Amino acid sequence: MNVTTADDTTSTGQAGPLTGTTDRGTWREFFVEHAIKAAGISMIAIVGLIFFFLLREGLPTLGEVPLGALLGTRWYPIEELYGLIPLVIGSLLVTAGSVLIAVPLGLTTAIYLSEIAPQWQRDILKPLIEVLAGIPSIVLGFLGWVALAPLIQSLGAPTGLTAFTGSLVLAYMALPTIISISEDALYAVPKEYRDGALAIGATQWQAIRMVVLRAASPGLVTAVMLGIGRAIGETMAVMMVTGNAANMPAFGPAILFEPVRTMTATIAAEMGEVSQGSVHYHTLFLIGILLFIITFAINSLAGRLIGGQEQRRKRGQI
Amino acid sequence: MNGRRTPGMRLHLLNGLAILVLALTGCQPVSSGSESGADSDRAIQNKGSDTLVNLALAWAESYREVRPEVSIAVTGGGTGTGIAALINGTVDIANASREMSEEEIAEARANGITPVEFIVAIDALAVIVNPDNPVERLTIEQLSDIFTGRITNWREVGGNDAPVVVVSRESNSGTHVYFLETVVRRGSKENEDIFAPRTLLMPSSVGITSEVQRNPNAIGYDGLGYVTPHEKLIAVAQDAGSPYVLPSVESGEDGSYPLARYLYMYTAGEPDETIMAYLDWIRGPEGQAIVADLGFVPYAGN
Repeated sequence: MNVTTADDTTSTGQAGPLTGTTDRGTWREFFVEHAIKAAGISMIAIVGLIFFFLLREGLPTLGEVPLGALLGTRWYPIEELYGLIPLVIGSLLVTAGSVLIAVPLGLTTAIYLSEIAPQWQRDILKPLIEVLAGIPSIVLGFLGWVALAPLIQSLGAPTGLTAFTGSLVLAYMALPTIISISEDALYAVPKEYRDGALAIGATQWQAIRMVVLRAASPGLVTAVMLGIGRAIGETMAVMMVTGNAANMPAFGPAILFEPVRTMTATIAAEMGEVSQGSVHYHTLFLIGILLFIITFAINSLAGRLIGGQEQRRKRGQI
Repeated sequence: MNGRRTPGMRLHLLNGLAILVLALTGCQPVSSGSESGADSDRAIQNKGSDTLVNLALAWAESYREVRPEVSIAVTGGGTGTGIAALINGTVDIANASREMSEEEIAEARANGITPVEFIVAIDALAVIVNPDNPVERLTIEQLSDIFTGRITNWREVGGNDAPVVVVSRESNSGTHVYFLETVVRRGSKENEDIFAPRTLLMPSSVGITSEVQRNPNAIGYDGLGYVTPHEKLIAVAQDAGSPYVLPSVESGEDGSYPLARYLYMYTAGEPDETIMAYLDWIRGPEGQAIVADLGFVPYAGN
């Protein structure tokens, strides 16, 4: 159903000039049109400027620190050790953990809400999910620090401040995004598809699994992507619960139960101490560029999937 | 029904929300001293060491009774943060729990600022463990081995068979740098040891004390003024042949405790009359009485 939005706007746009044919009306039309255009262009310009600023402050690192050092495994800027690998691994570990937790929970919640739950339950659950989305991340981080960390320590980890603690907090932060977008995608599947499946003898679960989920899959992937984007960029909550040790976790079953330091937490913790223009300062901006590239890639992948879905739907393939 | 809720719309809403959240949480104001231009009602910007921040706040508060027309804005953030602000010209006084490095002084000079140093107090740096930990005393060498990761089990220093969890301040903390130089590197300039990669880096003193309070295997360090009865103090000896000394105001004052250090305030250039009067008051009997009240060691050398 997100197919028709483009057509809708063009048809309502044509209705505009008919209501105001006087000179004042045309002038107003001209003004509004250009104001909207200016707003749109300024948005592009702002994004461009941010990217330009990031590049200007971050790229000098590549001339100041040899690439081999940037690919090192030790991050300790006060001794000029600028290895970014533990920070990237830290961010990826925490994000991957949160996806592993949030995606199954989020998708099943969305399926329940859209396909199974009676109306009265939807009326209770949907606002509650919106409330979850509204909880400030620092509050979730604080809860994680006070309640989750001791719990994980009691499971036998040397400390409760681990990548897994961060994953849990982030999972709850990404859940509202994943639930509401995938619920929308499921809701958008026409009722006829379900009726058709049930009419030829499918059980409800078969209809969900083979028809509804398949028809909604691009929207579901988008939901997951945006959830990941939300998780990888989170800072404060992660900083409170992951221990911030720039550690190379040993590969193995306990990999998530080691402390890590994420890229975002590194920028947040160290930005205040650097003097502007120093190597450390430039390196922090380089981390910013890396983060920007990662989230940009995730967002454009999500955008491409939505686009693909629209095109296929126009050709009647879904 | 279908027309009103498009996923596209929801996407935009979420994006908008995300941007708003970023705007609210992501950016903190960078400059804090931008309004310090007026001369009549002076506002002194004072920033830096978290070790010193409570003391600086107490001084600023008491000084309002002495000179009500001078207002002093105190913020923490760490020694590195304060010195960076001094170099960038956004504060009048930077608090530091270590001396400024030569590089930092050079950077400040390059910006046209000559830092001037004042010693304002002495701090005994306490090594703390969980009260359930049976370990009572350690030498500097053992501490160095623990914090660099050469010792990973408490058994090796006479404790339980349990992994050591090392807790430190973030590297923007002057306490971190002092501990690195004095303990981890045992005061030797050639020594290039650094903290173990698994060291938990806490953004605040409270982060350290709370982890030590709830984790029976944790060891950390903090200014004596911040230690509560919920953590156990470790008696420290310079080497195996020296006496083990517990940190206290007395042992810090008489120099028997090996991890006592000066706390500094740096001004951006020669202080003007208002700032000089404030610093004189801090280093005088009234200011030093507050130092003792807060568990730090008064400095008598002025």
